[in-house]
Amino acid sequence: MAIEAFDLSEQFQTPVFVMLDLDLGMNNWMADPFPYPTKPLKRGKVLNAADLERLGGFARYKDVDGDGVGYRTLPATPHTAAAYFTRGSGHNESAAYTEREDDYINNVDRLNRKFESIRAAGLPPVVDYRPKASIGFVAAGTSHYAVEESRYQLEKEFNVQTSYLRLRSYPFNQDLLDFIRRHDRVYVVDQNRDAQLLAMMRLDFDPADIARLRSMRYYGGLPLDARTVTDDIVRQEGI
Amino acid sequence: MSTTMVPPPPKKTNRIGLEVLSYKGGKTTLCAGCGHNSISERIVECFYELGIEPWKVAKFSGIGCSSKSPAYFLGMSHGFNSVHGRMPSVATGAALANRNMLGIGVTGDGDTASIGLGQFMHLLRRNLPLIYIIENNGVYGLTKGQFSATADLGSKLKTGVLNDLPPFDCCSLALSWGATYVARSFSGDKKQLQAILKTAISHNGLSVIDVISPCTTFNDHEGSTKSYSYMKDHEEPINEVDFVPFYEDISVEIPEGGVQDVKMHDGSTLRIRKLGREYNPANKMHALTALSEAEQKGEVLTGVLYVDTSKPNFLDMLSMVDEPLGTLPESKTRPTKEALDQIMEELR
Repeated sequence: MAIEAFDLSEQFQTPVFVMLDLDLGMNNWMADPFPYPTKPLKRGKVLNAADLERLGGFARYKDVDGDGVGYRTLPATPHTAAAYFTRGSGHNESAAYTEREDDYINNVDRLNRKFESIRAAGLPPVVDYRPKASIGFVAAGTSHYAVEESRYQLEKEFNVQTSYLRLRSYPFNQDLLDFIRRHDRVYVVDQNRDAQLLAMMRLDFDPADIARLRSMRYYGGLPLDARTVTDDIVRQEGI
Repeated sequence: MSTTMVPPPPKKTNRIGLEVLSYKGGKTTLCAGCGHNSISERIVECFYELGIEPWKVAKFSGIGCSSKSPAYFLGMSHGFNSVHGRMPSVATGAALANRNMLGIGVTGDGDTASIGLGQFMHLLRRNLPLIYIIENNGVYGLTKGQFSATADLGSKLKTGVLNDLPPFDCCSLALSWGATYVARSFSGDKKQLQAILKTAISHNGLSVIDVISPCTTFNDHEGSTKSYSYMKDHEEPINEVDFVPFYEDISVEIPEGGVQDVKMHDGSTLRIRKLGREYNPANKMHALTALSEAEQKGEVLTGVLYVDTSKPNFLDMLSMVDEPLGTLPESKTRPTKEALDQIMEELR
């Protein structure tokens, strides 16, 4: 995932957080050997001195392509038009200081377009649909292992089939919305008191979709186990 | 009737053919009379006079009035206005990505001595090649003039509030924690600040320059110890400094008196003339003692306090390649498949 994170970061000129939970970050885990990367690194929209000479300059935050991502130069590019000043939100398209309302609104709208572009380019979730499933799980991080085992328990012990969507990136994309709409109820697994993953979905989705979401939370401080998940689903489903 | 066309005088340029305009930045939005503007002017002059290619300079800052100032000088240089107190991290990353760039960071007493103290400490121990200028006015100007951690004991705010906490002395901290070039100046002392800045440009390591820079809006009144009038009365230069760039003849204008020449990394010379007292800027203990004694006497010691050109900088310590990492081709940055396979095998 580090490769994808760097590529996304350069492509969209944004920090990318590779999320670890405590279980994943502080314990030793087995992993398959890493395959050798074959794709070239993506540097995104970078102008060099020859480009600047041809164009006669550039505007750092101008949305030329409509995806919210402007062109940049690398520091030390040997051209008098290469430099720009990176600062907070008080800048115009040319990276110059501004206090104008229209500049500010343009900037924030451009960032929204960029956010939408990232939505389509992020890592897609891993989805396992079951034909008879009316309920589904959404989980991330080390919740994955407990959910996988719980699905087995629910089917074997209660004859309940479940679908499963493992999230791998945020912002959410259409795959998640499709998944929610294909099930009567979707259990969002959180290892925190506040159901934070579910809360993010509530910010993004329409009420009709949110109505299908349920929370499966655990915050007892130990790694999440399958029986805890199963017991909670059985209780909520009234099985 | 005929008229004679008088050709305009040739434009004054530096040794690389650039006008001073190429070194200027945007129009300042700081208050009239702010010491920070004088420092920006000195930076423009020094980089212009030394003929530094502006596109090879990277400017950094944190948050505060001081940290706005990189927008007002070197408009042809890349700049990054970072998070409060976190400029050292950004500058470190930039230096690692491109070691051929000359880094200049501008910070304030709040940005360095309060929220950024942790980053400042690590910057010092690493000897990152960076010019680190602290525009020190003893107050938080952006938030309307509260005392900062460098405000002197007993200093008075405009509201009459007295500071009852002792200050951090950024130069003492810099000396104790490993900076290799430490100087203090006053924004109103043009000649001294120029020489100190030019030396910092030549120094192959971390330069910490604490510049007392009065805040005309919140800390330039009777009772302030960071005001123009206080500095006029209490500034005590420990030495007189001059800078002779590598492309000039060093034998010219040798001043009389006790003179010590320090050869800088690029062949330039820092010429230090003693002023009355015995002081050796190569001796860290001398510097710390002098600062402590000056504080007891209520003096503000200025000049070059310490210089050590022998220590390796952070990039040398890390054995970085000469070519900037940021522009290394993929053929050099991606190990071979065999190398990855070997690592994977070792982890079995």
